[in-house]
Amino acid sequence: MTAPHATGVPILRLGDVLVTGLLNELDDQSAVAFTDELTERIAADGARGVLIDISRLEIIDSFVARTLMELTTMARLLGARVIVAGMRPAVAITLVELGLRLTGVETALNAEQGLTALGWHRMPQPAGEVRRDARR
Amino acid sequence: MNTSESSVRDRLCEALREREEEIADRWVRLQLEQAVLSTDMSEHEVREEADLLISALASGLASDVPVERLVASRNELRQTVIELSLRRARAGASPTATSMAVLSLKEALLSAVQHTTRDSAELFSAAILVNRLLDAAGVLSFETYVEGREEIIQRQSRQLLEVSTPVVRLWRHVLAVPLIGTLDTARTQVVMESLLQAIQDDEAQVAIIDITGVPAVDTAVAQHLMHTVNAVRLMGADCVISGIRPPIAQTIAQLGIDLSTILTRATLADALGAAIQLTDQPAVDAGTARPVTA
Repeated sequence: MTAPHATGVPILRLGDVLVTGLLNELDDQSAVAFTDELTERIAADGARGVLIDISRLEIIDSFVARTLMELTTMARLLGARVIVAGMRPAVAITLVELGLRLTGVETALNAEQGLTALGWHRMPQPAGEVRRDARR
Repeated sequence: MNTSESSVRDRLCEALREREEEIADRWVRLQLEQAVLSTDMSEHEVREEADLLISALASGLASDVPVERLVASRNELRQTVIELSLRRARAGASPTATSMAVLSLKEALLSAVQHTTRDSAELFSAAILVNRLLDAAGVLSFETYVEGREEIIQRQSRQLLEVSTPVVRLWRHVLAVPLIGTLDTARTQVVMESLLQAIQDDEAQVAIIDITGVPAVDTAVAQHLMHTVNAVRLMGADCVISGIRPPIAQTIAQLGIDLSTILTRATLADALGAAIQLTDQPAVDAGTARPVTA
């Protein structure tokens, strides 16, 4: 196993949806590592949807924008739909002013709405269910 | 030269102190004669101003600061000139009238000096001294006047920007921005910022931009609209443009502006209907999971 661990970003699986996020410092190397890891996971887990949370990103330059577009295309080829969620207002304004387009990338206001769009619904909690926590 | 200047200065100072009343009277009369005063100021107010300025001048001349820099560096004198100018700017006097009023003090001062000496050389150097002193004051008053006006203009345009771009919540998850007036780069920026912030705060799914109050749409305005729509989409919300009047639809078509990727409606009511439909679709899907859907 190659174990690409350079990004340090967790990729969670919720049913057939993968949930992950981007942190502020994204350089060439970690972008490649992240792309590798995510595509591996999509193929291995047979994911139908991917949610990428970018609410921590304070700036999106052309490199990050291209990475996001490439990820979307790659995931589509692997049979998964990508939703980018939680873009900040300031980031959206900067992107528009720079003329950068996230062509083909679907967006959602926050992770919750993104997951809803991917068809993953919050189950109403059955009454009387005992919650499990680590101390038990 | 230096000694003669200081002696002239002493003489001027003396004249100012001894004939304070006379100078002030003459100055007020001069201003009234030249009709440089606006109707808003009473003679009494002008007289008060004159007393203040003359005493500030006298104390300034008594110090050892060079005449040219007297107005700029003596705080009391500077403040008096600034206040005088600001008061007149607010009262609606023209900039010419304001600086002419300050400059007419020259004549009043010189005629006072004339009474104290017969020596023409001394009188001449006194005239130069007074000129230097009051030219600086005149320039300062003009500058203050312009600054005061500038500040008023800036404040008004800022207020106009804020007043004209409210973001209102029309429905659950639906926001609207009624745009009124022309759309330029600065306003687009303000609209975009407040709209995106409101979308984030309200978790809105649809934003309606109503352009009923926009008098004309050209390529630049369309460009600004497209920018706003793109930014809203990047945030993950949808955008509807409403209030497109027939003449504007004609212009848009004739200019060949492509708004085909944007949902447009003729009236705000239609747009609201479309927006509610847009927000309902995911809610219907989620209806199976979410028990509470009114």
